[in-house]
Order: sequence, then C-alpha cells, then structure tokens
Amino acid sequence: MKVAITSTGNTLESTIDPRFGRCSYFVIYDLKTKSLEFIPNPNKDADEGAGPASVQLVAVKGVSKIVSGEFGMKIKSLLDSLKIQMVVYKNTEKKISEIIEMLNH
Amino acid sequence: MSPRLKRLRKVLDVPIVKGFKPYGHDAAKINKEPINLLYEEYEALRLCDYNMENHTVASEIMEVSRPTFTRIYASARKKIASAFVEGRQIVIEGGKVYFDSSWHICNSCNSTFNNPNKIIAINNCALCGSSNISDYENEPLINDDKSCK
Repeated sequence: MKVAITSTGNTLESTIDPRFGRCSYFVIYDLKTKSLEFIPNPNKDADEGAGPASVQLVAVKGVSKIVSGEFGMKIKSLLDSLKIQMVVYKNTEKKISEIIEMLNH
Repeated sequence: MSPRLKRLRKVLDVPIVKGFKPYGHDAAKINKEPINLLYEEYEALRLCDYNMENHTVASEIMEVSRPTFTRIYASARKKIASAFVEGRQIVIEGGKVYFDSSWHICNSCNSTFNNPNKIIAINNCALCGSSNISDYENEPLINDDKSCK
C-alpha cells in the first residue's frame, strides 16, 4: 500500500506540510517495499485548482492514503470518489521520518 | 466547446437493492429495455419522498443547487412513472456521485481520518495503528478558506 505525505522539503528531516494542494513536496511511501519517493509539487504557486491537480498527481502514483495537515473543500468529494483515505494530522512539528515510523506501527 | 462539468452529487449510501422487476402473468411477455435510474435520482427520491425533506434542504444535503436538485428529482419521477406504466424493470446504477464517508479521531496520536470504504469498518488508527479511536461528528478540518484550496 502506498501513502502520500505532504512535506516542506525533500529530506527525511523535513516537517509535514500543513497544506495539501500547495505543499512543497509529496513523499510517496510504499509500506510494502519501504521505498520512498520525493516529488516536487508543480502546483505550489498555482492561483487556483491546486488541490484537484495535486490529487491527480498522487492518484496516478496509486496511493490509497494521504497524510496532510489540511484538505480543501474541493478535494473531499474527489478523494471520496477515488476511495483515497484522508488522514489529517495537525502537529506540524513532526518530521517525515517520524510520520513514516508511525505508519510502520 | 465541451459542456460544463457536472458537480459531484453527494449520496449517503448505495441503495440496498440493485433494482426492481415487475411481476404478474404478463410480466414475462413484456421484454423491454430496463430503465436506468441513476444513484443521484434514487437519492433525490429518498430525500424528498421518503425523508419528506423539501427541495431546498435536500439540495443542500446533496451539495447541488436547488434548480439542479429539482431537475434530478423530476427525472427520477419520470423514470419511475414510465417503469410502472410500461411494466419495465428498474436498474439503479451509475450517475455522477460520490458516497459520503465517515470520520474518526485517534485518541493517542490526535489525528483525524475518514473511512472511504464503507463496507470495511475501521478499528485502528490510519496513522499510528492505535485501537483507541472514536467517531468524529463533524468535519471542521475541511478548510473553506481560499488560501487552502
């Protein structure tokens, strides 16, 4: 199973990005193979439609769960129809490595 | 130019049956195409005629405009009436919909998550795996602010 995490940077020491559509990086983590992939978000400075475009970006990677600080109104129905789970995690101090550790429970 | 995209209609859950079949001594002879009732039309009928909501309230529940709701509802009534009169089958499927998902909160890591798959119940936190979770009533985490869209 693949999980997308929004990140402020492209290292494991980066913290979770509180925004979904305009986060700096997406971390695609594969729970099965433990592989990591950092994808820079092209919609970071988009004027509008950043959310749906970001959903498309991570959906083609085949993720079934997204961890972020917040999700916009436009995305909820989209993710529900794609059957992608949303995990809202408000603690923005958490590092990506710590999130991954939690996912590996 | 392509037409404007249809807004996703919110449907509470899939209907308990896939459709309806006519019966009676002539039912087998009538071999007509079944009528396709869309999920959104089923939901409109459920809200209006079963739950007795008015169109304004029902349209808010389905997250579409009031005129759109009335059109969906009118189409549902038309389809069911023609199925009754012409003795045709009703098949409930399709439509531009999404199914509402329930939210849960984890008491150990304080994260909130939804359950996109209604058939499988969630017993563990999606993030830390703790079984100490409870239901989350509303969705205050969804931000309607423009800066977050």
